[in-house]
Amino acid sequence: MENLASLSLVAVYSAMGVYTLAFIAFTLDLAKRSAEAPVPAAASVAAGAPQTSTVAAGSGGTAVLDREDALLPEARDGSRGGATVYQRVAFAFAIIGWVLHLAATLTRGLAADRVPWANMFEFGLTATLVGMGTFLGVQLWKDVRYLGAYITGFTVLSLGIVTVNFYVDVVPTPPALQSAWLVIHVLVAVLATAFFAIGAGLSTMQLLRHQREVRKTAGLKFLDTVPGASTLESLAYRINVVGFVFWTFTLVAGAIWAERAWGRYWGWDTKEVWTFIIWVLFAGYVHARATRGWRGNRSAWLAIIGFSSVIFNYTIVNLYFEGLHSYSGL
Amino acid sequence: MEPLRPFDYDDGSAPTGTAERTDRASGDGPTQPRLGVVGWGRFLWRQLTSMRTALVLLLLLAVAAIPGSLVPQRSSNPNGVVRFRRDDPELFEILDALQLFDTFTSVWFSAIYLLLFVSLIGCIIPRTAHHWKALRSRPPKTPARLNRLVGYREADAPGSVEDALAAGEAVLRRQRFRVERYGNSLSAERGYLRETGNLVFHVALIGVLGTVGLAGGFGYNGQKVIVEGQTFVNQLTTYDSFSASRFFSDARLDPFSMRLDEFDAVFEAALDETRGTLIAQPLDYTASVTITEADGESVQRDIKVNAPIDIAGVRAYLLGNGFAPVITVRNADGDVVFDESVAFLPQDSNLTSLGIIKVPDGLPDQVGMIGFFYPSAIQLDSGALASIWPQPDNPVVTLNLFVGDLGLDDGVPRSAYALDVDDLEQLTGGETGNDSIILGLGQSAELPNGWGTVEFTALPRFVSIDFHHDPTQAGVLISSVLAIAGLIVSLFVPRRRMWIAAEEGADGQGVRLRYAGLARGDDPNLDDAVERLATEHLEGLGGALGPADEPALAPASSQ
Ligand code: HEM
Repeated sequence: MENLASLSLVAVYSAMGVYTLAFIAFTLDLAKRSAEAPVPAAASVAAGAPQTSTVAAGSGGTAVLDREDALLPEARDGSRGGATVYQRVAFAFAIIGWVLHLAATLTRGLAADRVPWANMFEFGLTATLVGMGTFLGVQLWKDVRYLGAYITGFTVLSLGIVTVNFYVDVVPTPPALQSAWLVIHVLVAVLATAFFAIGAGLSTMQLLRHQREVRKTAGLKFLDTVPGASTLESLAYRINVVGFVFWTFTLVAGAIWAERAWGRYWGWDTKEVWTFIIWVLFAGYVHARATRGWRGNRSAWLAIIGFSSVIFNYTIVNLYFEGLHSYSGL
Repeated sequence: MEPLRPFDYDDGSAPTGTAERTDRASGDGPTQPRLGVVGWGRFLWRQLTSMRTALVLLLLLAVAAIPGSLVPQRSSNPNGVVRFRRDDPELFEILDALQLFDTFTSVWFSAIYLLLFVSLIGCIIPRTAHHWKALRSRPPKTPARLNRLVGYREADAPGSVEDALAAGEAVLRRQRFRVERYGNSLSAERGYLRETGNLVFHVALIGVLGTVGLAGGFGYNGQKVIVEGQTFVNQLTTYDSFSASRFFSDARLDPFSMRLDEFDAVFEAALDETRGTLIAQPLDYTASVTITEADGESVQRDIKVNAPIDIAGVRAYLLGNGFAPVITVRNADGDVVFDESVAFLPQDSNLTSLGIIKVPDGLPDQVGMIGFFYPSAIQLDSGALASIWPQPDNPVVTLNLFVGDLGLDDGVPRSAYALDVDDLEQLTGGETGNDSIILGLGQSAELPNGWGTVEFTALPRFVSIDFHHDPTQAGVLISSVLAIAGLIVSLFVPRRRMWIAAEEGADGQGVRLRYAGLARGDDPNLDDAVERLATEHLEGLGGALGPADEPALAPASSQ
């Protein structure tokens, strides 16, 4: 058992190393794209047509006006500019890192002889695994490799923090945590967090890209090689609503578990308050996407604030706020 | 029929131009300067039920909940509130006036969610009526200029217009579209479920709030500490603490009794590597109880953490446990003046516990004792005792004695778990110069001044059980499940219209077919869906989408 746990730790550090390489390569890729200022004609169409692209932002990739997106060659598909060598290398590193990460998580679970998400360290380990996994998996559906630097950077940072600050040895689960609802509730929270993370990345990219389309700002030229703000917004929306469904489920499953463990399904404990706040923020996000004047940038900000609250909930609320969740049950 | 939505609803599918959109967005509805009372009423109602109001109220709700996590709440953390008051009485006054210690029942929080729900109801009722009609109406007429719509495609196929339309109708129906023929075209729509899901979701939210508001008035809960061998009888007066909602009456307590036969705790030793000590990890707690219900039948049940049991309309939860040493006090004549098991409250993971003993009668003065209990006592280098394991391997009780007026007779309720020592004189421990009384199980010691003896007679365990009656659970659970189902349906079922228009081929041969679609809300796959429809249709007819019929990349003329 001890051996497995330390093996897991070795795998975590290796994964972090490989992810760091992936992060560097992804960043070099972005830098290279900036240097090469691709398809100037396209860029000028993009910049010269802020009006059309605002309308297209409204179309969410659905209606007539979507076709105008097609006028911006790079706007349909991030790989249009061609995957650079850096990007291919980076992606390969990301996959290798993920396999190590997976091994780390599995061995941790085996060492503990239960699901590997019963404390903050394990939650961080699994959540980043699922986040990276989702990022890698999403490629099968849409090319979002331009998020690579963000996701790998975020993952390395998170893994570093949880391993250094939150690491705990494998201990048996206390009675308050012995419940199938732990498995379900936390697993779904992990999934939601992963989707929100990618959604927030896309929303950030959307804001940057929008700014470039409107203001023709210098710098960050790589933004010309990512899809248009409207496409990014629609991608972000589709990722975020999946996260939102998972979060809704997290909230309900948490309530069911709280009823079993503490005798009431809802008691406005600090952790419950924040779960509620996050849920309401994302409900606001979904509404914003359907409210005139709130599509586009404002809804993107809401998604980013929502994800920031998720991180806040996991770190600050867990560590510094008083509540039932800070010790477990009896 | 379009789904009826608030005036500022925008799912991005409206083919309005930017200019129009911005000017409509800037004016909040009607801009006529003069409005009568009815006009104003209508205007306000329109505002209240608008998307923007709903959105702003939602965001306000999120912000308003934040203080509930920063400031201790009376409902979830009453001790924290007491502590806050003690530490900072002035700030406490201000925050209390703002109802910040009762955030979730405060006037301002309630106002926000009530407004939100009024807005919600005002939004749902017209939409439901509208959707009800839409569900029974036919798809709308085929637009004249299909080429302006999504996924527009053209193709030629052999055969007659009639055959093509018949085949098209079959394909559309197979794809579960509702189909209507207008002249030589087919108009089809599917995905009504999206709006149904959305309405179910929003109604379910009202279901949650409504259930809590209505059924919540009938709930109650009480706590009771039960020592091994003792029996709890379900009556209002026997609870240690009890709280009930508005409509509660004693008659609602069903008669039953619960005897704690045995409590069993299992621990495992784990090494704390950072400190190099062994720590106890609880593995399992089981309270074995015998329940006797009104009909006199007794059953034996186990209550565990995470596994409450149901008895006669209440649910019993195992929420705490500890040791309840039996302390026997005799006076100088040897008469027993106190003989009770006293629940000692655990202070750490090795169950070092704190207990209060009050002996009001039978001794020359009233006596209070503050006791510590160590299940597995060892003596530290400093001389102090500590417990190294939560099981009673070497149980020891230490007692500090106080004499004076315990204040039991002045009518002010006193907690059984606290001793106010301010007005008492300490006899042992601390600065008194007399050692604390230290007792192993079965040992006894002399009281100071020759007042008698005190004995640590037995060591049963206690559990603290919460009894809850919560009639909102079923309704809230059902509403939540409906909300999740409605949410998934409304977010992931696409609502689409599709058209197939047919005309005779240019040279009088075969048919010329045109396809297009329109989405309501986000529907990124619409283009593919039109292509699938066209392909499937043409396969049946023996035609094909030629390369020239690839979706036109926005020729300028189509705008
Ligand atoms: C209790 C407060 C509310 C909450 C928590 C809430 C939550 C949600 C959520 C999660 C969605 C997305 C799922 C779905 O489409 O069914 C949604 C959609 C929607 N809500 Fe609400 N809502 C609330 C109040 C309102 C109110 C007051 C209105 C009317 C103004 C409203 C109108 C809508 C509309 C029109 C949609 C569809 C958006 C779209 O087509 O994408 N909601 N709401």
